[in-house]
Amino acid sequence: MGAERNTAAVPTAAPRSGARVVLGLLWSDKFAFVAALFLIFVVSCAVFGPLLLGGTATSMNLRLRNFPPFTLDHGWLFVLGADSLGRSMLARLMVASQNTIAVAAAAVAFAMTVGGVLGLMAGFLGGWFGNIVMRLADIIMSFPSLLIAVVVLYMFEPRVANLVLVLGITRMPIYMRTSRAEVLEIRERPFVAAARVMGASSFRVVFRHVAPTVLPTLTTIAALDFAFVMLAESALSFLGIGIQPPEITWGLMVAQGRNYLNVAWWLAFFPGLAIMLTTLSLNLLSSWLRIAADPTQRWRLEIPRGRDG
Amino acid sequence: MGTYLARRAVHSFVSLAGLLILVFFLARLTGDPTNLYLPLDATLEARQEFAERHGFNDPVIVQFGRFLSGLAEFDLGTSIRKHRPAADVVLEAIPVTLGLAAVTMIVALLGAIVVGSLAAYRPGRIFDRLASVISLASASAPDFWVAITAILLFAVTLGWLPTSGTGGFAIEYWIMPIGVLLIRPFGLMVQVVRGSMLTALSSAYVKTARAKGVTERAVIFVHALRNGMLPVITVASDQAAGIANGAVIVETIFGWPGVGKLMIDSILYRDFAVIQASILITAAVIFTINIVVDIAYAVLDPRIRHH
Amino acid sequence: MAERAAPILEVRDLAVAFHTLAGELDAVDGISFDLHRGETLAILGESGSGKSVTAAAIMGILDSPPGFVRGGQALLDGVDLLALSEGRRRDLLGERIAIIFQDTLAHLNPVYSVGWQIAECFRIHRGVGRAEAYERAVDLMRQTHIPDPERRARDYPHQFSGGQRQRIMIAMALALEPDILIADEPTTALDVTVQAQILDLLIELRNARNMGLILITHDLGVVAEIADRLAVMFHGRIVESGSVGEVFADPQHAYTRRLMSAIPGRAPPPLRVATKVVGAAPLLEVRDLAKHYEVTSGLMRRRTGDVVKAVDGVSFDIQRGETLGVVGESGSGKTTLAKMLLLLEPPTSGSARFGGEDLFTLKGPDLLHLRRRMQVVFQDPFSSLNPRMSVAEIIAEPWSIHDGVVPKAERADRVVELLDRVGLAAEHARRYPHQFSGGQRQRIAIARALALAPDLVICDEAVSALDVSIQAQILDLLKSLRDELGLAYIFIAHDLAVVRELADRVAVMKTGKIVELGTTAQIFDRPAHPYTQALLGASPLPDPELMAERRQRRGIGIQMVKNG
Repeated sequence: MGAERNTAAVPTAAPRSGARVVLGLLWSDKFAFVAALFLIFVVSCAVFGPLLLGGTATSMNLRLRNFPPFTLDHGWLFVLGADSLGRSMLARLMVASQNTIAVAAAAVAFAMTVGGVLGLMAGFLGGWFGNIVMRLADIIMSFPSLLIAVVVLYMFEPRVANLVLVLGITRMPIYMRTSRAEVLEIRERPFVAAARVMGASSFRVVFRHVAPTVLPTLTTIAALDFAFVMLAESALSFLGIGIQPPEITWGLMVAQGRNYLNVAWWLAFFPGLAIMLTTLSLNLLSSWLRIAADPTQRWRLEIPRGRDG
Repeated sequence: MGTYLARRAVHSFVSLAGLLILVFFLARLTGDPTNLYLPLDATLEARQEFAERHGFNDPVIVQFGRFLSGLAEFDLGTSIRKHRPAADVVLEAIPVTLGLAAVTMIVALLGAIVVGSLAAYRPGRIFDRLASVISLASASAPDFWVAITAILLFAVTLGWLPTSGTGGFAIEYWIMPIGVLLIRPFGLMVQVVRGSMLTALSSAYVKTARAKGVTERAVIFVHALRNGMLPVITVASDQAAGIANGAVIVETIFGWPGVGKLMIDSILYRDFAVIQASILITAAVIFTINIVVDIAYAVLDPRIRHH
Repeated sequence: MAERAAPILEVRDLAVAFHTLAGELDAVDGISFDLHRGETLAILGESGSGKSVTAAAIMGILDSPPGFVRGGQALLDGVDLLALSEGRRRDLLGERIAIIFQDTLAHLNPVYSVGWQIAECFRIHRGVGRAEAYERAVDLMRQTHIPDPERRARDYPHQFSGGQRQRIMIAMALALEPDILIADEPTTALDVTVQAQILDLLIELRNARNMGLILITHDLGVVAEIADRLAVMFHGRIVESGSVGEVFADPQHAYTRRLMSAIPGRAPPPLRVATKVVGAAPLLEVRDLAKHYEVTSGLMRRRTGDVVKAVDGVSFDIQRGETLGVVGESGSGKTTLAKMLLLLEPPTSGSARFGGEDLFTLKGPDLLHLRRRMQVVFQDPFSSLNPRMSVAEIIAEPWSIHDGVVPKAERADRVVELLDRVGLAAEHARRYPHQFSGGQRQRIAIARALALAPDLVICDEAVSALDVSIQAQILDLLKSLRDELGLAYIFIAHDLAVVRELADRVAVMKTGKIVELGTTAQIFDRPAHPYTQALLGASPLPDPELMAERRQRRGIGIQMVKNG
């Protein structure tokens, strides 16, 4: 009672719409705002890139082999130069974004769904099942995921589905642990006890009360994980056991460009930069989200610059 | 406390055993190494003899039994590529990786503690914002890309540093591998230090310390830091596996004879004994680190000690 | 309180504001007060009134940002604390003015021993060496009556009970013999017997050292017990101040009057005859109910043979329409008892018959049917409602669990009806729990409990987290519901006054057993068991004269019960 909790019905006088509040909060963190714009751009590339530029990205022009970047002599498509077969770097980057994003998104979705459900069950059932799930998480977590991926991808051929599966499995532990820990905490909350007193079944308790409370936490983790998985996928593709040519991803483009490092640095540089900027944007946005979603921190975004700190 | 550590040790052992079984059977599924080691026109007898000699003809379960009984005598099998005991091959490579990882970890941790604490002390100020963006960028950088960009810049273009190799571990050969390996753990840990120091500095006990008249320096480095270190230690131990990941990339690109490169090569050559031995030994090292971290945690946090 | 020397602390027009979502918000809006040596000034207010913020601002430990001092002065012997440089102020903190807090577990550093933390005061202000500072810390722990201080000084905060931690906090604050001690809700989370000891200790030390004591509290009983003067805060302003006797006898401001009239148990409630049918079987019969926890240790979680008896053979009956109050201090087993009756935890042994049926052996549909007749209202209105469900969904949830109680088409109307019954409006149905105040949320929880038209409602500390004025409203609501619907309550509380308001009979629990069970009048007027007497003797009543008398009787500073 000593702590001054804002218990009064504060938001009654809040005529501003939800979307406008969010945009306002985003605008006040310029880094996050730019990051959001960049991500929107990357996602649109991933969705429309192959449709619009699929042909351009594969059309060779031997006269433009290793054409250097930053000139508009051959049109905007060649502003980032051309590769060893004279294909437009820009077009290839935009097309490659689709595989890169799709693999990461699928792997994260897999990890979050399977890991989340396993963790949920482990937390709720406990006992030997809970123990097995936790040991499984330990095993995956305590060993370099890249090596597991290398072993597995050698065993099965490096197809996209296998890649997604392996990346997904190596990222599962964090969801297993988080959702189990959350379940253990939430099931002790009075509103769950109240539901049980009403006679609610375990099924109802899990899906009506526990799961919706765990979901936001898992989603927050997923945003960060997306960045991590993108890096892992590109590392595997770089090692030659990820996506196989003629498909392209950014990681694979770095690997291919490595052979031309002396003559055409841009072949390896730009795809790597794309990976880094996308990952950075995701990180910036999620660190903004952490502040914006925390009522005790949100004021930081709302007071005018210069008064803080 | 002793019980807690014992339980952790048992958990680690169970995990290790699980991992080992998994790897043994997975490795066997990667295919028959015979074709890799004998010429294409080798006779059937030669092939038979090769498989017989290395025990590939027996059922997998028999091979596993043999592996286990060997394990009991600390015999991890023989490398078919190098014709030497697999354990020796791995133990030669371990110090290289360990040295790389240890130097990286120490530099990353110390750097992160200083930068993260200063950023957390005045959140929102220019230093904090710079530290945040730079650490996020560094946590977002693909290490293989940083490695080849660095080679291009410092070795090829400027000619300051050697492109690859260990050069008898002279100092200039260490700079790029460690710099590359450092980049992600550093970025991640700055974030963690900043977050946990932010929590510690806004905690009630810091308020009490200030009300006692404790100087700001002591508030940060005596009252907040020891509490703020607790989550950092956990993350640092999780980074052990992360650094091993990075070591695979760094060793491959810079041609360092560490465990990471050894494992990639062994997988390429289906050198089962070495794969198993290196995974076993790496995992044992990682589990040991985890237990040491647990002890460190208990030393720093009396609440764990008395639990 | 004759005007002797100049006041030791003068606060003038202190104003503190916070950056919030809705712009800058004034938490403290220009308040002034004085403090003299050897006197206790109580600052009384409910949560959000700005009383703790005032203390933090004077000490310079405001959370800044978002908080900031907007104006005013805090003159310590004529020196303005608010205008001092950080270094100069640091020299005065601990040395001249010190503070203790409510949540001692959070306010002591978890990773340093308590001896080290007390000794730190000597080291930083007096430059005393490590060993000597530690010696002095042990000595202070002895002065604050911590048993075996030599050994205990090496222990860490989590190894002490709440009462002992507050003693350590006090030892630390008084290490350098400051002139002023600010006590911010020092006894709020403590049991009444421990609270009495801590208050005694504060008075003892104040008198011995001739300090000025500022006591920040929401509890009128505590004010009556130890304060000389009183300032009532409301919405960041001091609305009334004066000597405790004056203000209690003749409150001037409307808010003070409302507060005084809201005090539970001030006047004995009119005798109520519970509407019970003579000769009918009791609604709930509990016999020898027990819950034992076995202590395990070691790698294999071997049983050590040690058993913690949380509830240890409890028997009682409840008639239809009757209210049984269950009082006891923390660890007495009252909440475990509630959990067993609500079937949230299985009992170790014993039986309970509800409406003639064996509560603990029912299964399937029979159990589901029985669930309808027994509901619960928990203590914490912030966590007992699912934050992701609207009020309508929360209240209607029981109906989707129990088919056929209320047809789907009628549910919306019934929700409005129930909201109306608990004093909320129809438009509240669409809102979410975070949009309500604590008292309103507790009303929603009550509406949910009523949705299935139960016979028995178990209230587990249902009003403990609420401010006094809100508490009174919820108690009134519970009373009127009982009278209109013929509900029976098991009303669990640590606050005797609240139980007295509502209960027909009272069970006093201590270490898992009911030590005394009787009508409310018996328990409060003629307590038989020594523990009941101690409990009643320790609980502060909002009557300054009575409290002065009582204090005289037991002699200040003498430890009544073993150290808490």
